[in-house]
Amino acid sequence: MADIEGGGGGGHKKGKKVRGKKMSTRVDFTPMVDLGFLLITFFMLTTSMNQPTTMEINMPIKEDLPPEDQSKIKASQAITILLTKDDKIVYYFIDEVTGEPMTPVVANFGANGIRKQLILENRRRNAAVDSIPIYREQFRFNQITEEEYKKNVSRIKAFKDGLIVVIKADDDAKYKNLVDILDEMQITNIGRYAIVDITPVELELLKGTQL
Amino acid sequence: MAKAKIPRKSTWIDMTAMTDVAFLLLTFFMLATKFKPDEPVDVTTPSSVAEIKLPETGVVQITIDGEDRVFFGIEGQPIRADLLKRIGTKKGITFSEDEIKTFSLTNTFGIPINEIKGYLGLDIGAQKNFEQKGIPTDSLNNELAEWIVEARRAAQSQGTVAVIAIRGDQNASYPIIRRVIETLQEQNVNRFNLITNQEGEEK
Repeated sequence: MADIEGGGGGGHKKGKKVRGKKMSTRVDFTPMVDLGFLLITFFMLTTSMNQPTTMEINMPIKEDLPPEDQSKIKASQAITILLTKDDKIVYYFIDEVTGEPMTPVVANFGANGIRKQLILENRRRNAAVDSIPIYREQFRFNQITEEEYKKNVSRIKAFKDGLIVVIKADDDAKYKNLVDILDEMQITNIGRYAIVDITPVELELLKGTQL
Repeated sequence: MAKAKIPRKSTWIDMTAMTDVAFLLLTFFMLATKFKPDEPVDVTTPSSVAEIKLPETGVVQITIDGEDRVFFGIEGQPIRADLLKRIGTKKGITFSEDEIKTFSLTNTFGIPINEIKGYLGLDIGAQKNFEQKGIPTDSLNNELAEWIVEARRAAQSQGTVAVIAIRGDQNASYPIIRRVIETLQEQNVNRFNLITNQEGEEK
């Protein structure tokens, strides 16, 4: 199999005593290796090694609080993000003085799309977000414990004057869009966001932006 | 000058080392392997930077495929058997021991309750070809809510706490996701997981 008879060659000379041929003790492993690799391939293909990762979300408790119990947020703090068809985003702020929505802006997903805007707006309201990467580095180099790191991050994220993101999606949005925008919240270290049902006014607004 | 004679060498290769490696790897994969559960639908989850791992036990998985069908699955055979009994009692359907056993081996299913008995009566080949319509979620006949309620009770009676996870296809449309989330909220499940693929931090 894996060998070609080497050396030897010549036949026996006549007249010599017939000796029992010395058999090689070598075993041909090739079929065994074949089998081994076949099984390895099988197990490698059927195995599901990577455990899926998850994103935790907390939704608000569904009950109607009387208006006086609802925590008031400043209109200028909130950004409303509307998810719509073709992976497009429309976002707008609310003017603090008039209480009217400002001109909506169309944006995309990705590093140069909504993320830039979110980082900018969040930093403007909550300058402490910039220290999150520093804490992360410190944690990575074991200068602070995981507990301290988490405590600091959640303290910064919970800052009460920080950016609040209201996420709304229309019926044309895909599940992927929702996950992507939640992912942006994590990337941009925005701690306060909510998924809310879209209102008819906003549906009109989406129509008006002519995507 | 005499021609230099190249000695003919044996081409025998020592396979022992290779065999060792092959079987070492084989052993590793055999031990580490956990077979992919047989699922009736193919779902591509969206990717995210989330790093939290899904717990291995007690996961109630709500799968939504690209065609907006809803599937339901729960880990653990005893829990599943218990779940079917509970649903049967609630709906006034009696399931035979065989049917309960078949159900406890079914990982994920998307069949309205009134069709379950018919499905469980089929043999395995026919079950694969069975067209699963998805679990109804509309507000008049929200079977998903009933499955969730009973699954949580079943998990509790087995001493585990059900962790609810949504595994949606990236092309699932938003209204069905919203419907599922609303259903969860109606059950006072306000904390749940979205299963995603892991991706690198910065794109």
